[in-house]
Amino acid sequence: MKNLFFTNIILLIFFSSLDANEVKINENEIFKNLRCLVCQGQSVAESNSDFAQTLKLVVRDKINEGNSQKEIYEFLAEKYGAWILYDPIFDGKNSILWLSPYIFLILGGLLLFFFILRRN
Amino acid sequence: MTKKIASLVFTLIVMIVLYTFYKGLKIEVNYNTSDLINKKIESFSIKSFNENSLFSEEDLKKNNFSLINFWASWCVPCRLEHENLMKLKELSNLKIIGVNYKDIKKNASEYLVDLGNPYNVLLIDTDGKQSVNFGIYGIPESILINSELMVLKKYIGPLMDKDLLEIKKEINK
Repeated sequence: MKNLFFTNIILLIFFSSLDANEVKINENEIFKNLRCLVCQGQSVAESNSDFAQTLKLVVRDKINEGNSQKEIYEFLAEKYGAWILYDPIFDGKNSILWLSPYIFLILGGLLLFFFILRRN
Repeated sequence: MTKKIASLVFTLIVMIVLYTFYKGLKIEVNYNTSDLINKKIESFSIKSFNENSLFSEEDLKKNNFSLINFWASWCVPCRLEHENLMKLKELSNLKIIGVNYKDIKKNASEYLVDLGNPYNVLLIDTDGKQSVNFGIYGIPESILINSELMVLKKYIGPLMDKDLLEIKKEINK
């Protein structure tokens, strides 16, 4: 029973990470992840500002040219900085932010494992 | 003993959290141009305003220094910097490339007739798509680049007197 539970958790983590790498490009998904730099707390998807309209045109062009979602994010992050992305790309500067949940998950798991082992 | 360790760990965690929040207060969240400085301009091609030709990064290589200025006739702050652009026109080792941004051609031409034309090269970006290649998010914006296509300075908003001095200093280094 316990094994089944852990296997399910591992499978869940595996499939949720697969979903993030899905190849199909949805332009709205990209717009939602782009910060409208001239607006207050709005994404490009929500904004009708001049800047957002231009970015939408450029993203559509990039999709038509066959660029992947990641390539589009990298292009815009290069031009406007990582600040334009709500979901920043993994790099040296933010590696702790990305890795810490996994580190804590593993540490927590180990702690729980030893705790249960000791109790038994 | 365990209690002591627990309270120590708890204090440590609280301190780390407070420190993170404190650091977070000082993070610059406004858009700045630091990501573009000292980077090379990639390939681009923008339509010429008057002729049926294209202007690309290859044309920029011919100039010692180029100032790419994004402007429009509807842009009020652009009028503020116009006088300074006219002053920059007199510098021999600087070429000013004007990119007319999301504008009506007739209005843009009238604007230049009224206020004078500071541009050595005049280009047009009707839908604004080209501006993204230069990290533009509002106009006026100006980018100073050298013959190796390296971005030396980027100015958001109208060029002020102090910017003029900075540009002069940069191109006379």
